[in-house]
Amino acid sequence: MSDEAQGDGANPVDEPIPFMQQVLDNPFLLLFIGITVPTVFYLIWGVMEIVSIPIAD
Amino acid sequence: MSNNADFRICPDTGFKIHLPADKLIKWNAVTAVVFLLVGGIFGLGVALTRWPAVHLLPADWFYLALTAHGFDVLLVWMIFFEMAILYFAGAVLLGSRLAAPKVAWVGYWMMLGGALITNIAVLRGDSSVMFTSYVPMQAAPDFYLGIIIFAVGALLGCFVFFGTLVIAKQEKTYEGSVPLVTFGAITAAIIAVFTIATGAIILIPTLLWSVGYVGHIDSVMYKVVWWAMGHSSQQINVAAHIAVWYALAAILFGAKPLSEKVSRMAFLLYILFLQLASAHHLLVEPGLSSEFKIFNTSYAIYLAVLASMIHGLTVPGSVEAAQRKKGFTNGLFEWLRKAPWGNPSFSGFALSLVMFGFLGGISGVMMGTEQLNIITHNTMYVPGHFHGTVVVGSTLAFMALAYWLVPVLWQRELVFPGLAKWQPYLFGIGMGLASVFMMGAGTLGVPRRHWDMSFADATMPYDFPGAAHLMMGLNGIAALIGGIGGTIFILNMVGTILWGKPKSKAAAEPEKPAAPAQPTVVSGYGSAGTMAVPGTFTLAMVFLVAFVLYYFVNWKYLAGVWGLS
Ligand code: HEM
Ligand SMILES: [Cu+2]
Repeated sequence: MSDEAQGDGANPVDEPIPFMQQVLDNPFLLLFIGITVPTVFYLIWGVMEIVSIPIAD
Repeated sequence: MSNNADFRICPDTGFKIHLPADKLIKWNAVTAVVFLLVGGIFGLGVALTRWPAVHLLPADWFYLALTAHGFDVLLVWMIFFEMAILYFAGAVLLGSRLAAPKVAWVGYWMMLGGALITNIAVLRGDSSVMFTSYVPMQAAPDFYLGIIIFAVGALLGCFVFFGTLVIAKQEKTYEGSVPLVTFGAITAAIIAVFTIATGAIILIPTLLWSVGYVGHIDSVMYKVVWWAMGHSSQQINVAAHIAVWYALAAILFGAKPLSEKVSRMAFLLYILFLQLASAHHLLVEPGLSSEFKIFNTSYAIYLAVLASMIHGLTVPGSVEAAQRKKGFTNGLFEWLRKAPWGNPSFSGFALSLVMFGFLGGISGVMMGTEQLNIITHNTMYVPGHFHGTVVVGSTLAFMALAYWLVPVLWQRELVFPGLAKWQPYLFGIGMGLASVFMMGAGTLGVPRRHWDMSFADATMPYDFPGAAHLMMGLNGIAALIGGIGGTIFILNMVGTILWGKPKSKAAAEPEKPAAPAQPTVVSGYGSAGTMAVPGTFTLAMVFLVAFVLYYFVNWKYLAGVWGLS
């Protein structure tokens, strides 16, 4: 935010920050889920399927 | 700690800009544009070769040019420009100092060095393996090495961006939540980290295989891991260009998003699901189950598609809301008619939004459907689709931003404002048509990545219908128009930086946006506070109808592939 007053969006004090906003305000939590979800559902699942293809003799 | 001497206040926008960030943004953006030029020239060579009547390059040069084209535009141009966006959305929009500028420079030089190494390998002629470098095709080791160095450099850039977020928070340069545009950049950076990590997982063994330390790489395994990178890298582009859309709406119109909450949730859906669509590159692969394919490309990805449609609705909606507030309230579309169509930042942004949805978006959902994929797999339809996403979507959006950013950062007037006015139309419509013609040719079965669609010296010849040849010819013409548009962009950028008149405050700017710009909105937080955007909803309905019709038409095509009796 720049130096000017930009009142409209700032959280009024004393109001608890909603849970979802806390999640969205935490880039490292987002980074964690953004890596975990595709790793599990795409990479690991995909690799497991290939590994379990029987090898021809 | 830095002091105020390290900052300058931008006279146009009031942004407080950290000088090292300023320099990094400039260098990354300029380097990006240079590679767009190089890659664009190769692209023209490719398009002119695929124009049957021209058939410009010999076969070996065709595959060389295609490899260089894919690498230089898809990876180098896009990612250098995205580094500029990350530093802008981090340091400039948050009014913060950039974390570890030295690291950012190491990243820059690694990216540049890596890009050069790979380009040299390709130009040598022994690494024409396309940018996907599927094994067992083998390139020279330095081809892979260059990409790895490039990727690690980009990873350093992402770390600098995340570090900047931490610093800005600690030093309280902003209050509450980061601006929406920065949030979009965070989304892009997260996807970038996954992209680069998976890139390393696959390319390091491939490098070792190319020098002989690894004996064998399974080709399906390669594809699975490679596409975790290859597809995700496209999603960096999407997240970044949507952040750019929000930025341009705010900069040009003072537009606030219809709802911060909804837009941020849509970005969260990207973070969660967008990368799973990597599986759409494997839809015809044997050895992977339908469950894997359908979960990743349908159930999960439709949530990301939903997010794209949310952005596609709220971005023009926010523009409409802002325009209506200024009094453009007649009928459904006065707000749109009275928009600054002669300002390349606006026209580029508007064309990018419409064409990304209609050309790239709809075709992507069609092709990403497991059953339908077989109609167009490995045909020209595929490049048709992604020139609708990454060219008329991302590239055009980045160009639109550059028309605003370059004069502001360098404090110079655009050198060819008259040409700039036409540029987005030439590039956008030229490449938009190219995308349509490629999709048309693909629907008729013309293969992608193929030097000679006439199969003149093939043992098993095949005759494509005349319409297919026509499509490829029209594609060549459209590519030329797009190429002229691209050239004008590059001339304007390079010319402005080298010879642009220094900006004087009083200078009359004929193409100023219709309303006074309010750049500080872009670094603020807050929603428009209205949902009264009937024009946008009307356009969205047109889009949905087109989407549904096109989708079902393709099931009809599928039904006709094999006759039943
Ligand atoms: C003057 C502008 C451009 C022209 C004329 C052009 C033309 C083409 C053509 C005709 C192909 C398909 C070749 C084939 O499969 O046989 C192609 C492939 C491709 N283009 Fe472009 N393009 C342009 C700009 C861009 C840009 C800006 C990007 C990315 C930001 C891009 C990314 C790609 C990629 C990734 C491929 C696939 C390469 C491969 O199959 O290995 N193009 N281009
Ligand atoms: Cu993909």
